[in-house]
Amino acid sequence: MREGVTEMSQRIHTIHTVSLWICIVIGIIVFGAMAYTIYAHRRSKHPEPADFHEHLGVEIIWTIIPVLILAGLAVPAAKTLIDIEDNSNASMTVLITGSQWKWHYQYLDADIDYYSNLATPTTQINSCLIDLFCDLPDEQGIAKPLRESNENYLLEVDKPLVLPANRKVRFLMTSNDVIHSWWVPDFAVKQDALPGFINEAWANVPEPGTYRGQCTELCGKDHAYMPVVVDVRPEAEFDQWVEDQRIAKELASGQAVADREKTWSLAELMEIGEGVYSTHCATCHQPNGEGQGTTYPALDGSEIATGPIPVHIDRVMNGKEATEMQAWAPQLSDRDLAAVVTYERNAWGNTTQDVVQPRTIFENR
Amino acid sequence: MVAHAEHVPHRSGLAAFIARWTLTTNHKEIGSMYLWFAFTMFFIGGALAMGIRLELFMPGIQLIDPGFYNQFVTMHGLIMVFGAVMPAFVGLANWQIPLMIGAPDMALPRLNNFSFWILPFAFTMLLSSFFMDGGAPNFGWTFYAPLSTTYGPDSTDFFIFGVHMMGISSVLGAINIMVTIFNLRAPGMKLMEMPLFVWTWLITAFLLITAMPVLAGVVTMMLTDRHFDTSFFSADGGGDPLIFQHVFWFFGHPEVYIMILPGFGIASEIIPTFARKKLFGYNSMVYATASIAFLSYIVWGHHMFAVGMPLWVEMTFMICTMFIAVPTGVKVFNWTATMWRGAMTFETPMLFAIAFVVLFTIGGFSGLMLAIVPADFQYHDTYFVVAHFHYTLYPGAIFGTMAAVYYWLPKWSGHMYDERLGKIHFWTATIAVNLTFFPMHFSGLAGMPRRIVDYSLQFADFNMLSSIGAGLLGLTQLFFLYIVIKTIRGGKPATDKVWESAEGLEWTIPSPAPLHTFETPPAWPITDAREDQAARV
Repeated sequence: MREGVTEMSQRIHTIHTVSLWICIVIGIIVFGAMAYTIYAHRRSKHPEPADFHEHLGVEIIWTIIPVLILAGLAVPAAKTLIDIEDNSNASMTVLITGSQWKWHYQYLDADIDYYSNLATPTTQINSCLIDLFCDLPDEQGIAKPLRESNENYLLEVDKPLVLPANRKVRFLMTSNDVIHSWWVPDFAVKQDALPGFINEAWANVPEPGTYRGQCTELCGKDHAYMPVVVDVRPEAEFDQWVEDQRIAKELASGQAVADREKTWSLAELMEIGEGVYSTHCATCHQPNGEGQGTTYPALDGSEIATGPIPVHIDRVMNGKEATEMQAWAPQLSDRDLAAVVTYERNAWGNTTQDVVQPRTIFENR
Repeated sequence: MVAHAEHVPHRSGLAAFIARWTLTTNHKEIGSMYLWFAFTMFFIGGALAMGIRLELFMPGIQLIDPGFYNQFVTMHGLIMVFGAVMPAFVGLANWQIPLMIGAPDMALPRLNNFSFWILPFAFTMLLSSFFMDGGAPNFGWTFYAPLSTTYGPDSTDFFIFGVHMMGISSVLGAINIMVTIFNLRAPGMKLMEMPLFVWTWLITAFLLITAMPVLAGVVTMMLTDRHFDTSFFSADGGGDPLIFQHVFWFFGHPEVYIMILPGFGIASEIIPTFARKKLFGYNSMVYATASIAFLSYIVWGHHMFAVGMPLWVEMTFMICTMFIAVPTGVKVFNWTATMWRGAMTFETPMLFAIAFVVLFTIGGFSGLMLAIVPADFQYHDTYFVVAHFHYTLYPGAIFGTMAAVYYWLPKWSGHMYDERLGKIHFWTATIAVNLTFFPMHFSGLAGMPRRIVDYSLQFADFNMLSSIGAGLLGLTQLFFLYIVIKTIRGGKPATDKVWESAEGLEWTIPSPAPLHTFETPPAWPITDAREDQAARV
């Protein structure tokens, strides 16, 4: 087990080590006794079996000794558990919301919130056992070398959670859809994120650094592609980061106004839309828009992507109830939404020539 | 198999064959059907495991896309639990319990036929979901809501109906076993004189009868949540997804012991036979089994330490769970003491029984570690858990079943199996099982979550080892199939007693066991002068 960096993770590591050694010692004694009897009391060496089949004293002893060992293990474990469950006196709080298949971080003490997506490109993931079986050998045959040169394969995100060192940070966990579980092994924090309920956990990280973990509760198709990355910075740097975020947010809202006022060309939106599509949509609907079965419908030639524009915008912005098609309105900017809708209407075999402007999206919010 | 004319209607060829096997009420024939059914499911579930291990052979997506992978994981679990392990144990019970207690048949023979014949239909339906639109169930064998309710594929309803059918089969089977044990023992056989296999199955039957209806309840709640606008598991309507987990694991933990207690019984039959010495601590074995069964009802929360339960609840579940180590330890010590100063020989059943004890104990150690809540926060839902329960299930439940098959197959078929082949099977299977599952402890401790289709590079070596082991393990079980068929078709004739110092009523009848046995109750204690001294007094 990883020792980790927090006081709690180190205490847990100690408990783990002690219990492991207790098991090893008991194992050596019991298996040793069995090995001895297998060797010494085989018929060729010990032809006359003894005739005992009960001994109250021995039976009582080997009932009581395990009870004592267990009590010895339970007491420090209980003490640690009490400390782990003490969520009081946190200096800041982050609300962590899981959704298929990304994390949303919201700093409740500052006006900051953003999504954190897997950053490993699909060109590193999709490969084939034998290149002969690949449809696209020149594109997919390179996956393996790319993957092997990426030491953070599947453990990298576009925007990590940024935390200050040496402050007790409280995490609130919840989910938008199914149950997820947020785990950073180095903090020994693993807590389920339940839709409709809020769980608590905390960490106080003494060492600045980058810490990586994963979602640990099966949450659907891309469960393996939902990493957690935490970037812990010295306190002063963290405070600067919070300030930077505030400024960036102001700039972004200014940019959003400008995006709305501008009338975009088809080519501009197609270019942005392709990027948005490959980051957010292609994992289900596939890069070629062909989808996967009925669960992830094809967009190439689909009724929605070639039919009335408002229906298409509504589906992208608000999602579809009770499916993995989520509402993208809270996650993407007006410009990106406009671009991706435009892209879907004009990519592959779709040739509607429709252009959806960011201001149309804004009006639909 | 011996055909008895008086029960076979006068038809010919295929019709007669079908009529015989579908209409039979004979415990031996039904037992064989259960065992063959379980064996078939074992290979289907095994094929899915091979798919999983192939995909995990190296990082990246090579063969199975992520959505399909989840279907593999789910169906592997469901088939192994409900299709392989449980029916195998029921098959052994069907064959052996009447023979061991001197009963002419199961108490409710028609019910017995019915509870078997539900299963092929339930599993055909479950497996057919692979070919449905949207694919097979993909939410893990634990089918947590809302992944299985709101987000489940259409085939979830077939899964629900299949689980209901399996549940009916299990409950009827359990009723039959209980009624048989309570009513059809040879006159004079007291409960505390029954063979331990019968005892462990009696306790298992109680677990089945109480746990399976809870499973039926939870899948019914799923069904109404999916189609009839209830909100048991949805916060939107005032429900709670955690209720699902509480109800599921209230079934799930007793289920875990349903899959191991008969294995305890098997080891307790085999080890004394080959140690040529009576089982040490018969009474404490019975009490330990009963305590484990009782504890299984009050530890379900240890599957849920990361869901955010209150402190005192976590503490209670931790302490109750740790207590299980005590009766389990007693059993292991008793088996060791049974071997102590015996005159042991190591035929294949004994080898499997010893491997059962040793490797199951390793699964017990990791179970103890998992019980410690703070540490469980790090182990939970990682490969450490996968290693833990595969150690209890594979070298536990499955090696137990294999030990039983080698031990009793000469009685069933009338032929000795080939000892040399049996030993080869044992050693390859034991090496392969450890090669497959031991590295999973390390990948789990290094931080690899379970049920992921793709993993980061640090876990690559362990996964490759596991995959190589799994391939070998699959091959050894095909070899086992060969051994079983070879033994049934021929081989050295088995004596009635088969094993030099085997004890119990099943060894007093001829080999192969005739279709009808103990039509008049046998004398108890066994009066044969040779066995007089060995019989329990």
